[in-house]
Amino acid sequence: MNKPGILVIDDEAQMRRLLDITLQTNGYLVTCAATAKEGLIQAANHPPDLVLLDLGLPDKSGQDVLKSLRQWYTNPIIILSVQHDEEAIITALDNGANDYLSKPFRTGELLARIRSAIRTFNTEEGEPIIGGPDLEIDLTARTVKRNNEPVKLTLTEYSLLALLARNEGKVLTHQYLLRAIWGPGFISQSQYLRVFIAQLRKKIEKDPNRPEYILTESGVGYRFINNS
Amino acid sequence: MPRTAPHKIELKKQYLYSILSVLLVTAICYGLTPYLGYRVVALILLVTVSLIAISFDIWPVLLSAALSAFIWDFFFIPPHFTIHVNSTEDAILLIMYFIIALVNAVLTYKIRQVEKLARLREEKAKAIKLYNTFLNSLSHELKTPIAAIIGATDNLQAGNESLSEENKEQLVEEIAKASFRLNQQVENLLNMSRIESGFLKPRQDWCDISETIHEVVRRIEENNPAQPVSIQLHPDLPLCRLDKVMLETVLYNLLINAVRYSGPQSAIAVIAACYADTLELTIEDNGPGFPTEEINYVFRKFYRGTDNTTSGTGLGLSIVKGFTEAMGGTVELSSPTGGGARFTLRFPGAASPVKLH
Repeated sequence: MNKPGILVIDDEAQMRRLLDITLQTNGYLVTCAATAKEGLIQAANHPPDLVLLDLGLPDKSGQDVLKSLRQWYTNPIIILSVQHDEEAIITALDNGANDYLSKPFRTGELLARIRSAIRTFNTEEGEPIIGGPDLEIDLTARTVKRNNEPVKLTLTEYSLLALLARNEGKVLTHQYLLRAIWGPGFISQSQYLRVFIAQLRKKIEKDPNRPEYILTESGVGYRFINNS
Repeated sequence: MPRTAPHKIELKKQYLYSILSVLLVTAICYGLTPYLGYRVVALILLVTVSLIAISFDIWPVLLSAALSAFIWDFFFIPPHFTIHVNSTEDAILLIMYFIIALVNAVLTYKIRQVEKLARLREEKAKAIKLYNTFLNSLSHELKTPIAAIIGATDNLQAGNESLSEENKEQLVEEIAKASFRLNQQVENLLNMSRIESGFLKPRQDWCDISETIHEVVRRIEENNPAQPVSIQLHPDLPLCRLDKVMLETVLYNLLINAVRYSGPQSAIAVIAACYADTLELTIEDNGPGFPTEEINYVFRKFYRGTDNTTSGTGLGLSIVKGFTEAMGGTVELSSPTGGGARFTLRFPGAASPVKLH
């Protein structure tokens, strides 16, 4: 069996040792780098299937590493950082990170995000149907079914749901969603997004107040989770 | 309020100096009356008031303006020794004199207010920036070990079959290390607040310096086995009257800094010696040392070296200084340009006259 390779770039020796054990025992091949320089060299020599990148590196900012990696590296990059400030997260997502987790994080959550990022990346070429019997989104027929009953969505609602679903597991920032659905003139109109997300949740979630498909990332954006 | 007290004394002196300088200039001019016209005296007095305005507060300046106007009128404008003014021209001159002196005082005062405000703003911005840097590094220092503990316990609890016995031992070891680090950080924060509170009271008692040094070095070496610390003690060190816990913290912070910042394979040494009743402790390493321009800042709270790539909160050395001074000692850093750092602690009067050996 071919194990997926993960490159951990973190300056804290303790985090490297911990992630090494965690990921190895869960079936990944792990390489570690303590500095930005080392990380970039290792990524270039043996491109991993996924990169776990810490934002606070000693020799270079994590954001810069992200930018350099994204010039050629297309596999998923997940940010691990103690900086829980929304601006840093948004910048990282804009710089091409697929996802982020702030430290401290639960191991289960980390493994789920890794699986989701790798799966989304491998299926990106377009499986036309996303979801299962509870919620099924057919991207070719442009239809949505809940418990096998068709759901009536407006064009905007459908575009928003399809965009989120195509990026399953990935956080899409408010700005990104507004630009993609409404256009570049609307990136500060976050109230549009809130209204349409609320409408979508009413139509597709069992309990719109406790969403299971469209999750809010406070201050950052939204994430679609395939729970079917 | 205690803060305004020194200002008040200064203000009194300002009044005194203003009056004295006006009187002095008056006396000189009065002596020169045969050679100077009284209108020139007005200009000389005006210059005096302007000079006073450059460095004094507004009230002493206003006082000197009023005083000099009165003096000019009384002693110089004919008829002398009366406040009476004969000609209209002189009356206008007197009024003009007074107005110019006042405007002078007020304008200078306003300029200084604006300057003061700008300086305050700049200082505030600097303090906020320093504090934010501190908060960022503190959250890094606290959250990293917490992340390690949560991660390790998650792994142990998950009951993953591929987790070997060795892995489990490693994870437990990580939890221990992280807890130790967290404890150290909390200890530093508590010590800092003790220093800040101003109620720091060392519990001075007779300490065996050699024992204390060996204890601290053992703690350091247990966690950093790759970097041995050499201990050089003067053969007959006397007992010293110090707070043992504080001294341990001071030595620990200096040594852990040396271990962290001097890099692997560096030589670290603790040297203890006694000169008369002064205990002198030196902690030195041959790492990169400190840039000369930073030496004055390193003991400041939250201050962190500019070209440093190691994580930290900038509390360690300010605690060293706070504790050392609380025990009546001094701390000094020297760092020659070739590299290496040497911290020298001196505790005058701490050593007892009785030798241990």
